[in-house]
Parts: sequence; C-alpha cells; structure tokens
Amino acid sequence: MSFLIDSSIMVTSQVLFFGFGWLFFMRKLFKDYEVRQYVVQVIFSVTFAFSCTMFELIIFEILGVLNSSSRYFHWKLNLCVILLILVFMVPFYIGYFVVSNIRLLHRQKLLFACVLWLTFMYFFWKLGDPFPILSPKHGILSIEQLISRVGVIGVTLMALLSGFGAVNCPYTYMSYFLRNVTDADILALERRLLQTMDMIISKKKRIAVAHRTMFQRGEVHNKPTGFWGMIKSVTTSVAGSENLSLIQQEVDALEELSRQLFLETADLHATKERIEYSKTFQGKYFNFLGYFFSIYCVWKIFMATINIVFDRVGKTDPVTRGIEITVNYLGIQFDVKFWSQHISFILVGIIIVTSIRGLLITLTKFFYAISSSKSSNVIVLLLAQIMVSM
Amino acid sequence: MAALDRVKVLVLGDSGVGKSSLVHLLCHNQVLGNPSWTVGCSVDVRIHDYKEGTPEEKTYYIELWDVGGSVGSATSVKSTRAVFYNSLNGIILVHDLTNKKSSQNLYRWSLEALNRDVAPTGVLVTNGDYDREQFADNQIPLLVIGTKLDQIPETKRNEVLTRTAFLAEDFNAEEINLVSILVTSVFLLYGSDSDFLL
Repeated sequence: MSFLIDSSIMVTSQVLFFGFGWLFFMRKLFKDYEVRQYVVQVIFSVTFAFSCTMFELIIFEILGVLNSSSRYFHWKLNLCVILLILVFMVPFYIGYFVVSNIRLLHRQKLLFACVLWLTFMYFFWKLGDPFPILSPKHGILSIEQLISRVGVIGVTLMALLSGFGAVNCPYTYMSYFLRNVTDADILALERRLLQTMDMIISKKKRIAVAHRTMFQRGEVHNKPTGFWGMIKSVTTSVAGSENLSLIQQEVDALEELSRQLFLETADLHATKERIEYSKTFQGKYFNFLGYFFSIYCVWKIFMATINIVFDRVGKTDPVTRGIEITVNYLGIQFDVKFWSQHISFILVGIIIVTSIRGLLITLTKFFYAISSSKSSNVIVLLLAQIMVSM
Repeated sequence: MAALDRVKVLVLGDSGVGKSSLVHLLCHNQVLGNPSWTVGCSVDVRIHDYKEGTPEEKTYYIELWDVGGSVGSATSVKSTRAVFYNSLNGIILVHDLTNKKSSQNLYRWSLEALNRDVAPTGVLVTNGDYDREQFADNQIPLLVIGTKLDQIPETKRNEVLTRTAFLAEDFNAEEINLVSILVTSVFLLYGSDSDFLL
C-alpha cells in the first residue's frame, strides 16, 4: 500500500518537472523560433524531468522520506530510463538532425544517422579504457559500465563549467574591472561609425554609376584580348575595371572598419549600463559577492594545486573544519557531528538548486549565442545530453 | 554623382530571414553565393529611375541599409542600432514564411525603428505592444516581404499566405511573397518597380 502512495508521489513530481521543462523550452529557449518537430521538445522535457527526479531521490534518501524499498525501486527505474535516453535516443536524434541539415545526404537520412550513432558509441566505449572500470564480476553491457562512463563525462563537464563560472562570475560582478565610459565617448564613436557608413555609401555610388555607364555604353567588361588590345589598353583610359577593383577593395576595408566600430560602440553601451547597474543597491551587493567569490576561488585553486602536488587527500570538508575551528575558538557547546551533517546537507541542497538555475541560465545564453534556425534542434538535444550527464 | 538625390530605406527583420540576400539581389541582380551573418549594418546602393519613360523621370540613389541582429538583443545593442534609424524614407520588413515567430517579431521591429523618430518624452505611454492607432499617421511607407516560400510544402501554402495577408494589413503595408532567393530575380524586379517612393 505504501508502495502505491510512494509511486504516486514520484509520478506526480515527475509530471510537474516535465511541465516545467516544457515551459522553459517554450518560453526561454525557443523564444524566437517556431517549434516544428515536437519530438525535440518532448525529449528535452523528459530528460529534464528525469534528471530532476534523480535529485529529488537523493534528497529523499538523505531525509529518509518514503519507504526504503520503493525508493530503491524508483531509483533503479529512473536510472535505467535515463541511461536509455542518454545513450540511445539522444545521440541518434542528434545524428538525425545534423544529417537532415546537410543537403547532400537527404535521401539516406536514417542510414547516416545510424552510422553517426555507431561512431558515437565507439568513442563512448573507448572513453572508459583509461579508467579502471572493467571488473570480472560485471558483464560488458551492464549498468555499471554505462554509469561509470557517463559519470566520467559528467564530472569533466561539471568541472569545466564550474571553472568557467568561477572566473566569469567575479568578472561580471565586480566593478573594479569597469572602465570609465562617458557619454561623449559614445557620441564620438557613433559619429565615426556614421561617417564610415557615409564613406562606404559614396564609394558604392561611384561603383554603381560606373557600372551603369558601362552598361549603357554597351559593355566593355571583358579584358582586351590579343596583342593590339593590350597596347590599346595602355593608351586609352579604360577607367572602368582597374579603378573599380581599387574602389571595391577600399569598400571592403571600410566595411570591415564599420563592423569593428559597431562592435566597439555596442561594447561601450554595455559598459555604460554596467556602470549604472553597479551604482544601484543590487549592484553593490553583487560587487561584494564578487570579491568574496574571487578570494574563495583563489584559495580553492591554491589548495587543489597543493593537494595534487603533495599527493594529499583532504580529510574533512571545509564546512566541518570551519565549524570545528569556530567551536574551539569560541568555546561554545556544539554537537559538531549532528550540526555539520545538517549544514552540509543544506549546503548540498543550495548547491543543487543554484547549479540547476545556473545551468539553465548558462544553457540559455549559450543557446542564444550560437543558434540559428537550422541548428536549433541539434543544439537543444545537445543541451539535453549535457544536462543528464551532469 | 552627388547631384542625384538619395533615398534611405531600412531593411529590418530577424536573423536568418534573408535580408542580406535580398539586398544583394536588389542591387547587383545576382544571387548571393555565401551569405554570412551581418554584424552591424551593411549598406548597398541601387540606382533607380523613378517614373521611367515619363517626362518627370528622375534618377535616385536608393540606399538599402541592412541592419543585423535580433529584436530581443541586449539594450546596449539596441541603442547602438538606433544610430542607423535617423532620417528614414522607407522601411522594408522581411520575415521568414517558414518561421511564424519572425513575422510576430516584425511588430517589435517596426516599433523600434519608428520610435526613434519620435522626440523622447519623459513619460512612457505604451507598454511596447503594437497599437495600430499609434501608427495611423505614420508617413513612412512600409513594405512587407516574406521569403522562402518554396520551402513550405504545397498543402500549407494557403494558410501561410492568409496569415501573412493579415500581417500586411496590420501595417497598412504592401505585401510581396518571395520564393527562396536561389531561384529567380524576375519576380523580384517586378516587386521593386511597384514602388513606394514619394
């Protein structure tokens, strides 16, 4: 009976997560595109739902909610489904959509998708070789094999993302890095940009007029042929082709300049906004956090280097050590073990929630930066893959 | 050369709808071989004989300013783009017939371009949504162009075309639906002659 209740709780929460993933997909990721293949959306939401369920199960495990055997059952079920999706379905669909973007291979889409999938499986398998995973007790296709490989990928990705976040976060938060930008700077740059555009326009007008007169005169486009033709071209002024190619080169250079100026102007505008933001209360708060994080990250890097160099294994985690130090220093009666466990648990919860949030935000930014209407499907599936690995 | 009058026309639309290809086709009568993302603004010039063959024939330079980017960009990019919206004579709104969102975004594009000309007051009256009344007295002519018609399967074409007809009506704009620009230039030249110059 309790099994049924537990199962219904799990299923409800899964449906909730599924709905949330669906909404996130519609509102944020695909804001500017039309969803043409609903398969992608379904897979994304399902993946999201199952990942969140895993987190939920971990939290239940720590808290001791629900029946132990039903937890175990759901855990196994969850694991199987996720692995199935991760290793079989998502890569296959990624291959399928990549292939359907390339025009040449349109006919044998399925065939090439299968080929891509097999390549993926091969590399996936090879990934496990340097690590001591294979043990005689478990077979080749067992769950442990798959999990260990996924774990390897996941940990690497997590480390990469955290490293990136650790450096990027103080940089965006702290106002120390902001240059001073005045309105006059922006105006001057904008004026330069418009001047460049005007120069480009006037040169293009000359080219257009030249084309037109040549066209009206009845086409002297082909280079003069023959010996006499070449001698003639030296004396008579064919103001046409040479001048034109020269002007065209100038136009290209000016266009490049205009692009650079545009990017610089956009950059200045962004900096100006950041300066204004940092003057607000929220900005100051983030600035303080930025200092805090940067010191923390530097300390962490230092400790990690020392650990690797001197081959030391950290015995206790920082939280417990921090509490021990506080207790010994302040002499307060404190049941260290009891509280440290709960505080670690709370910290783990916070880390999980912020990592999901941070993950979703990073994914959205990443997606906007590199997507186009063709590759949007592929990228969403890649994101789903990364999400599960972590 | 500078004696000819100039007309500034803005080409607006979401990323990837085909603005650069369109501009290239209009100005060079050639298909653009390798379109890449437009950073900032790219300008092209076409010489046009207004009312050709009549005694009032006059030659103009049409400058087509193809502004890149998406309508949901950061405010910094939007304020940078605003520098291009000065002294407009006309706007071409381009949307992708295979992507519904790009036609919905056209409203926001037109707001962005047209609000620039209004002198900034201290009070924000609208919430940014499209209000037809607001543009009832708008003097700047609009042209709505839908691209990639041939990528829609035959069966769905009718409903897509009715939807875009409503869109053009909302703007009080003329409407042209194009096949993918790989195909033909004849259709397009017809469009540019049915002209919206003064």
